[in-house]
Amino acid sequence: MKIHEYQGKEIFRRYGIAVPLGIAASTADEAKAAAEKLFEQTGHALVVVKSQIHAGGRGKGQVHKGPTVVSRGVEVCKGGPDAARDAAWRMLGGKLVTIQTDPEGQLVRTVFVEQGINIARELYLSMLVDRDSRRVVVMASAEGGMDIEHVAATTPEKILKVWVDPTAGLMPYQSRELGFGLGLSKDQVGKFVALVGSLYRLFVEEDCSLVEVNPLIVTVDGNVMALDAKITFDDNADFRHKNWEDLRDPGEEDPTELEAKKSGLSYVSLDGNIGCLVNGAGLAMATMDIIAHCGGTPANFLDVGGGATEEAVTKAFSIILRSPAVKGVFVNIFGGIMKCDVIAQGVINATKALGLTVPLVVRLEGTNVEEGRRLLAESGLAITAASTMLDGAQKICGLVNGQK
Amino acid sequence: MAILVDGNTRLVVQGITGKFGSFHAKQMLAYGTKVVGGVTPGGGGTTFEGSVPVFNTVSDAVRQSGANASVIFVPPPGAADAILEAADAGVSLIVCITEGIPVMDMVKVRRALEHRLNKDLRLIGPNCPGVITPGLCKIGIMPGHIHKVGPIGVVSRSGTLTYEAVGQLSALGIGQSTCVGIGGDPVNGMDFIDVLRLFNDDPQTEGVIMIGEIGGGAEERAAEWVKANMKKPVAGFIAGTTAPPGKRMGHAGAVISGGKGRAIDKIEAFEAAGIRVAPTPAQMAETLQGMLRS
Repeated sequence: MKIHEYQGKEIFRRYGIAVPLGIAASTADEAKAAAEKLFEQTGHALVVVKSQIHAGGRGKGQVHKGPTVVSRGVEVCKGGPDAARDAAWRMLGGKLVTIQTDPEGQLVRTVFVEQGINIARELYLSMLVDRDSRRVVVMASAEGGMDIEHVAATTPEKILKVWVDPTAGLMPYQSRELGFGLGLSKDQVGKFVALVGSLYRLFVEEDCSLVEVNPLIVTVDGNVMALDAKITFDDNADFRHKNWEDLRDPGEEDPTELEAKKSGLSYVSLDGNIGCLVNGAGLAMATMDIIAHCGGTPANFLDVGGGATEEAVTKAFSIILRSPAVKGVFVNIFGGIMKCDVIAQGVINATKALGLTVPLVVRLEGTNVEEGRRLLAESGLAITAASTMLDGAQKICGLVNGQK
Repeated sequence: MAILVDGNTRLVVQGITGKFGSFHAKQMLAYGTKVVGGVTPGGGGTTFEGSVPVFNTVSDAVRQSGANASVIFVPPPGAADAILEAADAGVSLIVCITEGIPVMDMVKVRRALEHRLNKDLRLIGPNCPGVITPGLCKIGIMPGHIHKVGPIGVVSRSGTLTYEAVGQLSALGIGQSTCVGIGGDPVNGMDFIDVLRLFNDDPQTEGVIMIGEIGGGAEERAAEWVKANMKKPVAGFIAGTTAPPGKRMGHAGAVISGGKGRAIDKIEAFEAAGIRVAPTPAQMAETLQGMLRS
């Protein structure tokens, strides 16, 4: 689960990590008031107005309103509160397109108005779980503000890494190695070590899967400060973080994916036109692959899981049928624990409720397969049965492509 | 022979009185697995299905029933605790079925077991279907009836895709030595290489199907190992060629991030190592069959 920069910075502040003063705003007038308040606190008129969307690359991104580019994703406003209001007015309601969003961009609903800071150096700092070493890796680079994937690909030696023993935690010497490696002065290294230590504590206590600060800055007066905050939480740990629901921004998530999640289904929207209902993540991916192999395009990834109930299957099938893009559906089940009759009954329920106007190919294998096939056959639905996964994929692709 | 589990495996089921645990404990008993005990804290002294004694701790279960393996159906909040309890109690194999364990919990578990894993202790999973040696011992949630005794080892990150491979093999009349689901989490126990090493040394196993998916670099490392060490034919499949980057595809570990973990790179690594990659997931068994004949 991702959160916004302004939410991440609130958490940073709670852990004693230095961040600029800032106030979130959802209207242009709020943004103006925020800039006025910051002016009172700092005595400086300059503020930065930053679009709040979950994708990165905002600084170089462009905000579109209709065909017109109205703003960049982040604007420096030297003209005080009125300029902040104007910038917010341009961004809010626009679609921000960055290298990480899809081509249509992401709607800007909130801006973050932040105190301007005099920057001496821009650095990069991040933490994530390294699958190979099975430990948290802390990465730092002097190439701050850059696209770090580009740095990693072209000059990997410019990224410094230390791995954390989970028993001992991040040790100060490790942070010192990073700090001196970045060319920081003795004073700055002290501040850097404290910040990285706090960030590691945050990473563990808040169950993050990624924390990225890009840029981490050294200010002109020698302070070390997080100018950005990107936090991704480990969804598996949600049972011990009841507050995550308050941080969730449903506007940033695919509504169908959110609805599926509430029913315990794993769903990802895709661009194609063949809906897929599968049990198991691997088989669901493989089903998408075999559809592509047969000349079709999958409309979604959907794993109903191993122990799905009839209600969950009904829900899953409804989600697929409701999508206007779907021109055909392929149900591919290898029931181990998942019983084929439960799948069949769910398919029948959803179809009766919503009607079936597109071709449906069903491949059932495994536990209670005879009962499942009998239910489908007696349902009176126009179902094409398939004997294998390949047979099913060929049939649905033939039916859907033949419609054109 | 086979690997990891056989007729001498004595199993304790952690979480035996839960809905999931009790259902699968019955299935394992029905398959013929020697389920010698169950563990439910507070449930000690009772019996499960009239024959399996239930203990308060894994340690009690091991001492009193002679269990040497454990399977875990404990929900995510208690799963890491359950793994370490089993490890301390002295079993030599732990199979963790639980899906949804926080990754930092598994980072701690791996660290705690670092000096024991693949020496006196093996951990399979979490988030996996388990391990089965057909005809002798089934530990986990796979449908037993699709398996058949024979010469092929199967190792996979995906549950249902393993069943698919097994179903294909059995349909061709080819049985399996042992099938191991290593699980879909980013931090887990045995990886491909740990299992391949055992298959390589197992006289019953004549060939292997290895099923990977997007995310991480375990397939690439396994391919290098196969190239350098494997004496038996390996056929493979990688799920997720059509998966979009940045999206988690069901499994916690199935995500392409920062341009890493793509299916195409894994397929190329397999091919470079002489692992024949099935053109579609429907052709895993026939791909291996082709290698066994040639």
